[in-house]
Parts: sequence; C-alpha cells; structure tokens
Amino acid sequence: MTIAPDKPATTETPVPEGHVKLTIDGEEVIAPKGELLIRTAERLGTVIPRFCDHPLLDPAGACRQCLVEVEMGGRPMPKPQASCTMTVADGMVVKTQLTSGVADKAQQGVMELLLINHPLDCPICDKGGECPLQNQAMAHGRPESRFVDTKRTFPKPLPISSQVLLDRERCVLCQRCTRFSAQIAGDPFIELLERGAHQQIGTAETADVLDLASRTSSGDPFQSYFSGNVIQICPVGALTSAAYRFRSRPFDLVSAPSVCEHCSSGCAERSDFRRGKVMRKLAGDDPEVNEEWICDKGRFAFRYPQAADRLRRPQVRNRETGVLEEASWTDALRTAAEGLLKARDGKGVGVLTGGRLTVEDAYAYSKFARIALRTNDIDFRARAHSAEELAFLSAAVVGTTPENGVTFGEIERARTVLCVAFEPEDEAPIVFLRLRKAARKNRTRVVHLGQWTTSSVRKTFGELLACVPGGEAAAIDGIASHAADLDEALSGEGAVVLVGERAAEVPGLFSALHRLSGRTGARLAWIPRRAGDRGALEAGAVPTLLPGGRSVTDDAARAEVEKAWGVSVPAEAGRDTTGILQAASGQELDGLLVGGVDPDDLPDPDLARRALDNAGFVVSLELRPSEVTERADVVLPIAPAVEKAGSYLNWEGRRRDFDVTLEGTGALPDCRVLDTLAVEMDADLFTQTPAAAYADFARLGTPESRNWGYIATATETPSTPENGKAVLATWRQLIDNGSLQDDEPHLKGTQRTPVARLSAKTAEGLGKTVKVSTERGAITLPVEVADLPDGVVWLPGNSDGSAVRATLGAGHGAVVSITGGEQ
Amino acid sequence: MADPITPVLTKRWLSPNSWRLATYEQLEGYTAIRKALKGTPEQLVQLVKDSGLRGRGGAGFPAGVKWSFMPPNEDKPHYLVINADEGEPGTCKDIPLMMADPHSLIEGCVIASYAMRSHHCFIYVRGEALHCIRRLNAAVREAYQAGYLGKNILDSGFDLDLTVHAGAGAYICGEETALLDSLEGRRGQPRLKPPFPAAAGLYAAPTTVNNVETIASAPYIVNAGSAWFREMGREKSPGPKIYSISGHVEKPGQYECPLGTTLRELLDMAGGMKDGIPLKFWTPGGSSTPMFTAEHLDVPLDFEGAAEAGSMLGTTAVQVFNETVSVPWAVMKWTQFYEHESCGKCTPCREGTYWLAQILERMVEGHGTPEDIDTLLDVCDNIFGRSFCALGDGAVSPITSGIKYFRDEFLALCEQNTAANEAKPELVGAQA
Repeated sequence: MTIAPDKPATTETPVPEGHVKLTIDGEEVIAPKGELLIRTAERLGTVIPRFCDHPLLDPAGACRQCLVEVEMGGRPMPKPQASCTMTVADGMVVKTQLTSGVADKAQQGVMELLLINHPLDCPICDKGGECPLQNQAMAHGRPESRFVDTKRTFPKPLPISSQVLLDRERCVLCQRCTRFSAQIAGDPFIELLERGAHQQIGTAETADVLDLASRTSSGDPFQSYFSGNVIQICPVGALTSAAYRFRSRPFDLVSAPSVCEHCSSGCAERSDFRRGKVMRKLAGDDPEVNEEWICDKGRFAFRYPQAADRLRRPQVRNRETGVLEEASWTDALRTAAEGLLKARDGKGVGVLTGGRLTVEDAYAYSKFARIALRTNDIDFRARAHSAEELAFLSAAVVGTTPENGVTFGEIERARTVLCVAFEPEDEAPIVFLRLRKAARKNRTRVVHLGQWTTSSVRKTFGELLACVPGGEAAAIDGIASHAADLDEALSGEGAVVLVGERAAEVPGLFSALHRLSGRTGARLAWIPRRAGDRGALEAGAVPTLLPGGRSVTDDAARAEVEKAWGVSVPAEAGRDTTGILQAASGQELDGLLVGGVDPDDLPDPDLARRALDNAGFVVSLELRPSEVTERADVVLPIAPAVEKAGSYLNWEGRRRDFDVTLEGTGALPDCRVLDTLAVEMDADLFTQTPAAAYADFARLGTPESRNWGYIATATETPSTPENGKAVLATWRQLIDNGSLQDDEPHLKGTQRTPVARLSAKTAEGLGKTVKVSTERGAITLPVEVADLPDGVVWLPGNSDGSAVRATLGAGHGAVVSITGGEQ
Repeated sequence: MADPITPVLTKRWLSPNSWRLATYEQLEGYTAIRKALKGTPEQLVQLVKDSGLRGRGGAGFPAGVKWSFMPPNEDKPHYLVINADEGEPGTCKDIPLMMADPHSLIEGCVIASYAMRSHHCFIYVRGEALHCIRRLNAAVREAYQAGYLGKNILDSGFDLDLTVHAGAGAYICGEETALLDSLEGRRGQPRLKPPFPAAAGLYAAPTTVNNVETIASAPYIVNAGSAWFREMGREKSPGPKIYSISGHVEKPGQYECPLGTTLRELLDMAGGMKDGIPLKFWTPGGSSTPMFTAEHLDVPLDFEGAAEAGSMLGTTAVQVFNETVSVPWAVMKWTQFYEHESCGKCTPCREGTYWLAQILERMVEGHGTPEDIDTLLDVCDNIFGRSFCALGDGAVSPITSGIKYFRDEFLALCEQNTAANEAKPELVGAQA
C-alpha cells in the first residue's frame, strides 16, 4: 500500500545569505544580490543578445538590445526592461525572448533598427565572421529588411590614431569604446559627438573633419597605451586595427593561447596566425591577471620575428678574414664548445643572459654556467643593478608565489598602495590598470614616490611624493616623520608597496623599503620591467643563487642542487653583470656566453663593448644581428617566443606557460641549443626541450632552507646640483625604440612625444629646447615644464632622440649638465 | 462650464514693469517667504503635500512627495534645480512666466530650497530664450540686493545662492537627468536610473528637479493655504494652470484656468477658431501627447481627464489645427523635430526617429504605400516603451494618434502614388 505524503515532496531550496530567488523563463534561480539579470540568465544558459553590455564596464543601457519582460511583486512592469542594467530582486519573474513574445519582438525591433543604418559590407569587413552584430542579427533579427530609404553615410575610415581606424557607418553607438577609454584606461580620447542619427564616435581631430577622412583643422593625435582594446571590444567592425585591416578573415586564422613576452605582467593572449605568421594578437581572458585587457605593446608588437635580418643559421667567425660566415649546426657547436672549453680552462667564462628568457631557458643558462662552465659568473640583469638589489631579491622576492606574495587581486583590494621608483603605466601597464580600477572602484589610496605628476599619478587618482632622483631612500625613511597619515595607512590593513627596477639605481632604497616593510607590515612586491627577470631569478641566473633561491655559499642548499644534478657546483659567489664585464674587459675572463643582451641597456655601454672586444672568445645566442653578434666568434640562432614553448614567471611569481604557436620553423629554443652545446662539452643539462628543462627544474623542488640575512646599505642623500647641472630622472616609456617593437609603424605612431621635463625654475632661460649632456654625449629635446623638484631633468629612456644609456652613459640619479639647446 | 478663476500665477503679468522687484513687492511679493522661513522644512513639505500640487512639467508627479524624497540629513549638499528648458513644441508658459514675473519663481525657489535644505539652487533656462535669461538674471540681482537671496535671508539664518544657467539648445536637456549632466558640463544625455536624483543627482548629491510653474505656485500656497489651492481644479489635479494656446484660434496666448478646463472653454476664451474654420485636431499638452479631435472638445484637461481620453495632459500646450492642415504633413513636421532632437543615446529613438521621418517625408511627397502605414505603426511599437527615456515615447505619439484618427488621409497620399505607378510600364523602355 502506498501512503501519500502529507506534503509535496519538493522542498524549498534555501536561499543563502546575500542572495535572492527569482524566476527566469519559468525556472527558479538563486542569484547573488546586485547581479545583473543578463548575467543571471547567462548562468542559466540563456544568452540574451546585447551590444553595450560588457562585464568589466559600468552598465549603460544604451543599445536596448537585451530587453526582457519583468514582473515584480506579481505586477508586470509596463515596459520591457534592459536586462543589462536591472539587478536581480527577490520574487522577480523574468521572461526572456524564449518565453515572452513581447521581449522577442522588442529584440527583433531593436535589431532591425540597428541594421537600418548599418552598411551591409560584411564581406569586406574585418569583423565579418566574428561579429556580434552579424551573429545576433542571424539569431534575433528579421531575415528581410523593411528599410527602403536612405542610409546615413559618413566619410570613412577615419584614423583616430595611427593604429585605430574608425568606420562611423558601421558603428552601433554602444559606447563600449568610450566607456573603456573613460573608465578603464582613463584616456578619454574618444567621445560621442553630435546627436540623434548624426551621433558618432570621434576625437578632437575627427570632430571637425572637413571633407576627407584625414583632413582636420588641428588637434593632438590620440595617445593611449590601451587603445587596441577598443578594437577588440567593438561589437561591430567600426574600430579596426590599421595593422590588421584587410589582412585576413577569422576563418583563415588559427588561434593559439599565448603569453605576452613584453613585460612582467604575463598577460594571457590569443595569437591568431596563418601560413607561419602571426596576424594579430588579442587579449586573453584571465580574471586573475589581465582580466580582458592588454596594452598596445602586447597587442601590436609581434612582427620582430619576421624581421628581414633574423638569424636563421649558425655563424662562425672566419679566423683569417674575421668575417662571420654561415656554418652548419655541427660546425658551429663544435667551434663554440672548443672555444668555451679553452676559455673555461683558462681564466673562465662569464654568462650574461638578459631579461627576456623563459624560465626554462634561464634554467638552462644557469645550469650550463655551473656544469659546463663551472662558474657562478652569471647574471640576468642586463640593466642597472646593484649588490643591494641582489640581496633584496634574495631576501624578499625569490620564492614568492601568488599564494604567499602580492598579487593583482591584492592590489585591487588594497587600501593603500605606495609605488616607489615605478611608473606603472610605462613599466607594467596591466598593473596600472589594476591600480586605476582599485582607486576607481574601491577608493584605494595610491601614492607615488617619484619626480612629477605623471599620467600614472593622475589616472590612479594618486598623490605624488616628489623627491630628487636618488633621494627616494631618504624619502622612504622620512615617511614616519614627514607623512604621518601615510605611515599610518601603510601600517594598517591592506597596504602594499610596489617597487620598480630603477630602485637598483638608488643606493639604500631597497634597504629603506625593507625597513619600512618591517616596521609597518606593508607587503612589498618587486615589479621588474622585463618578462624574464622574475623567472631568471628563480632559475638561478644570478651570481649568488642557485635555482630555487638556494644560496651558492650555503653548503646545505648547494648540496641539494649538487645531489640532483650529480655534479659539484662552485661554492664561491660569482660576479654580477658589471663584475663580469669588468673582468672581461680587463682580460680576467677568457670568454663570454651572451644570450640576448644589448650593450646599450647596460649601465656602462662602453664597458660592455670593451668587454666583448677583449674577451678572448664570445658565443652569442641571438635572434637578430646585434652589437654582440658583431663581436662574437660563434653566433647561434634561437627561437623567438612565438616559435617555442616555455613559461614566464610574472612579477607575482605566477607561472605563465605557453605552447609553440608557430610550429615547424626549425628554430630552437635557448635551452635546446645549450643542451646540445653542453653535450659537445661533455656535460648533460637534460634541457633538450622546454618541458624537459622545466621538469628538471621542478625536480629540485623548494629548498630546505633559504636563509638570507639582509645586508643593509646606507642611504645616500643626493647632493644639490650646482648651477648648470641637474639630477637626471629617467625611465623607459612603454612604446619606444625597444628592439621588440621594430617594424611596427602603427604602434610607433602612438608613442608619446619625447620631451625633457623640468620645473619652471630649472627651465628658466633655457629656451624651447634643452641640451642634457655628460662627457659621453648630449641629448637635446623640447622642454616641457612639469612639477618636478628644482634641479631635476627627466628624459625618456629609449625614445627617438633620447637614448639615455647609449648617449649619456648615465642613468636615474646621475648628475648631468643642462644648457639651452639650439633654437 | 467651470468657473473662471481670479488669476493667480498670471495676476501680475499685465502690471507695468511687472518683472521689477518694486512691482512684485507692491503686489504681495516676497510675503510668502517671510511666513515660510518661520516654519520648519517639514511643515512646508507637508503643506505642499496637502495642497495636492502636481508637477507642471508634464508627468504630474505630486510635488510634496517629490520634496519628501530628499534625505533629512545634510551629509552632502542638497540641490534644487529648476527645469526652465521649455522646449516642447507648442509649450509657452514658463518663458512668459519668467519674463513677466521672474520674482515669483525666485520666491518659490527660496521656499522650496528651504523646504529641502538646499543652499544652492540652479535655474536651467533654455538657451534660445535670451531675453528671458537676461530678465531672470536681473531679477536675481535685485533679489540678492534686497536680501531675498544670499546669506542669512531676512535674518532667518537661511542661506541660498541662486545660479541661472543657460542651456545650449537641446530638447533632451528638458529630461531631468540629461539636464543635470548638461548642468555639470557634460553631454546632455539621460542618465541611468537608479540612482534617482533625490539620491544622487547634481554632482552625485541629493537633488530635486522641478518645473518653473510648479515652483512658482509655491508662494501662493504658502500665503493662502492648501485648502484654498484645492478649491481650484479637480480632486486629483487641484490648482490653477497656465494653458498655452497656439494655432488657429483668434487670440492665441497664455490662459490661466483651473485644471480640468475643457478645450471648448479655452476656445471661448481665445476668441474661437480663427476665421471660423472648423477645428480638425489638437494636442492637449504639446506634440508629445497623442492628438485629439473635435470629438474631444469636452474632455476635462487635467491629468486624469486627458489620460482617460487616451492622451496626456503634458504641459497643457494646446495646439489647435483647423481643417486646412494635413495631418500627415503635421505629423511629419513633428517627427522631423524629434529626429533632430533625439540625443542618440539609445537605438530605438535614434534610429527609429530617423526612419520614421524618412517614411513620412516620402509619404508626404506622394511616394508612400499602404505598407508604409503598417511599417510606421510597427516601428512606433518598437520604439514606444523600448527607448531609454520618454523622448522616444513622445516621438511616436503624433504618428500613432494621427493614424488612429486620420488613417484615411495617410491612405489618400498612397493612392496618388499607386495611381502614378500604375501609369508607368513595368519594364521601362521595353518593346512590346
């Protein structure tokens, strides 16, 4: 006998705290308070068509494509509602296009209206085949148009910058691009202009287009480091990339996930390629790192591997003619091995690796130095560096991971962020975006210890603590006495200090930061500029550390490595970059193994050239001819990032691994070349492939001990420069003359105009240009007055007419002469 | 027929130099603020609630209720913004009021600001009304000098600054959130609501936006009481109202009557139809309100009466058209206005008005088809209630109501076209 239950078997699903229960298309759903209807529906599997809605932008409700019927408290709302602006509420009943004729007709109606002025040029449109308008018109539109009248036309395309082209006819005015510019990037370069059907996207330049696309009366070109994102989020083909326009169709392309090789953020990207060439790069979606954004350098600078002068075959210098000649791998490797063995057994070989390596490649160099060359003379820091920096990296940076260190997410949640010797927009643009988001959404207080109110300061709603270059350490020490409120904020919860790579040029700064962090408890993160820096540190491409941050001089730690590698490792700390260069130039080293280093990046480019000239035997692993290959005895070609697999460690210590994008080019990664070279030298690296290299590295595990005492360096107070002299402030701008940006005219068109910045008082009497000089050379640039401390001049590090290291042989904090330039 | 009333809002309009402070003071001016400033803000809000005063800008929202939405604390500055961007076709009441009696508005601003704890009031005046802006500015100067504005008004301890701001010629800025954006110096486009202005309006601070006529009514309510106010007009729409009558009448102009007055009565006051040519159609409250015909002569023109008859009271801008006017032509002109004034923010209004105007232009030129009428109605349906703000709704009113009452006129235009087409051979130039 069956007993009927007293109550229906269905039990009420409990609604968790902070959630509401609503009904969408007859299905009950629980959603967190504040969630937009369009997202709740999406979680349920119902995609409501939309254009203006974007999860990372503030709602606009402009396109009206996502209309649904809503019932509140049993009463239907009289008009269909935009599901991209309405948040969920308890007891709400929602009918989407699936169950509501009204919603379906409303959506069809809006789609028809969007199409009346849209040119039907899909066959020649870059977006054709991956176009939200095209796709949604297929799904939610009428098959035939009732519009028989005249379409609105505009001259097109309009270049709104050298890399973004605007087609106003295709635009559906969803305002994603203008909202991105205003909200995310903070570069309000494009705005809505005019009204009604004449409303259009434009800039100060396009607003007064006279009759042709490019004829405007005046106005500055739009400069944004993030403008490429508007191309990607444009739901139609209104914003297209000048570099990619008409190059290919989406269905022609093969897409591969990749990781950006340009800076230490480690952005997820998508590389679209065909026939052995990358055609474009798009931002990948990684909420933990870059969300859905990338900078323009990451998006547009990818053609350097196709440079005409790319090295594809090994070269060996002919002893008699002194000319580099192409050789077989067998010959080249044998010559290199012989030369290196001889040098090793002589006075030794130093290894300089540069900051562009994957973890796997850096590990191969690190192991090669220890096993094949039997030395700790290895340093990845192809830039200004100091022993203090190395001590800081050993004590506070190596071994940090997203689990125990500062992350992008922590920056976003932080209450206070102090940026020291770090220009986020130029040096780590994705960190800049997070800082801006934190300041905008969470009212994070952002303080910049720098020289002037840069765009990073303005756009993070930041405060500037101005100091003379070189005075950063004293300023940090002075926070407690001179900025009590900041000191209190740093001592409170959620305080983060970000320090950039030029801190290495300020004696005592790392020590001061170490003290500050120790005293206030603020969390410290080092954000280098290059993608490979953090990985190279971890892989032991430094003179004092073995892989995993094990100290060379710590017997126990060294023993772990020796046990794993099955060889003994030199027990004395090696020389750093400058030490190696000095030794080589003084003929205290017989050989150099150089992987991707540009002498002009080094603190003293002349010393580097002397070292390369005087080292008895130089092996260069390079992508393209350089000053190093010019002086090398053997040149071994290696693969660019896109032609190899591997991983970067981003500044958080997060591993960003990627696979080969372009297969079968025959290019070999550094680790493979080094492995084979080592075999020639009778040593086994076990780094034949990046996977093998990483497995060998991972096998070492985390060290038993990593006890690093911190050696404090005294703070130096910079002297006030005498008349006619100034202290140099400098860093590299994001878009400049870096070699990975070669052959990208569209990208280059958006670089910031090189100017020298001085205070009004310092600029007095100089005229329109200033000549900044040292005994090595001089740089003359237009003067721009800014709020720098008196007696300071700022120059872009490596821009047109301002290659600071190469020309002046000086860096941040150096004293230079300033005189009025030629008028 | 409702009793004609003693003029209230317009009572000083015919006095010599009615816009001068001296005239205003002679005629009971600035007596209400003395009373008001002695009371509490809560008492004033209650008084206005009791009076049943409804917003005169078109929507008819109870003014006292709106005032009571302002937060009681003053964590952020409160703002009162007067919507004087009178731009609805046919509407001509606020500008004459500000021209003839600007001090009544200023006195109302002081009272309303005091009631809402606002210390800065803005009057956003339509930019084209240059003469009016000058007169208003002069009146504000007079009021400052006489101590009716500024610090410690009449020793009450209440401070109020008043700023007159000129718009830049956009109809959309009559929409309150677009007005606020424009006042802040941004592009005049409507804002997403919520937050509503009372929570985050001007400069993200609590703000109330009221129409000129609404605020100008406040001094009379303070002086004579809510019961007196309720004696005029109808139960749910009390008080006097300025009807602006334009078009084919003998004496167009502003006529102050109690709410609920009918067109028949208004026509009597305005001297009847011009030259005796019969009435064909009319709007009760500007072009955004669906049109009426001669059969609606006795519809009481208050918020309920107009709505029950299928239209809206709007701004009581009565536009009267006689039989010489073609409805499709008038509808086309109105639609061209909305196309020109659509702000462009949302798709239905931006693209829809563009399309509607083209269809109507084509029909008026004689190139329409009967299918165009269906298309017109369907496009209207796709705009109405789908646009971001009410501009889209207003834009389709003339079309839907025009076709509702005068479909035959639209069809007649198409017939000419059909006849013309039939005369042409199907294949032009083809040999038989």
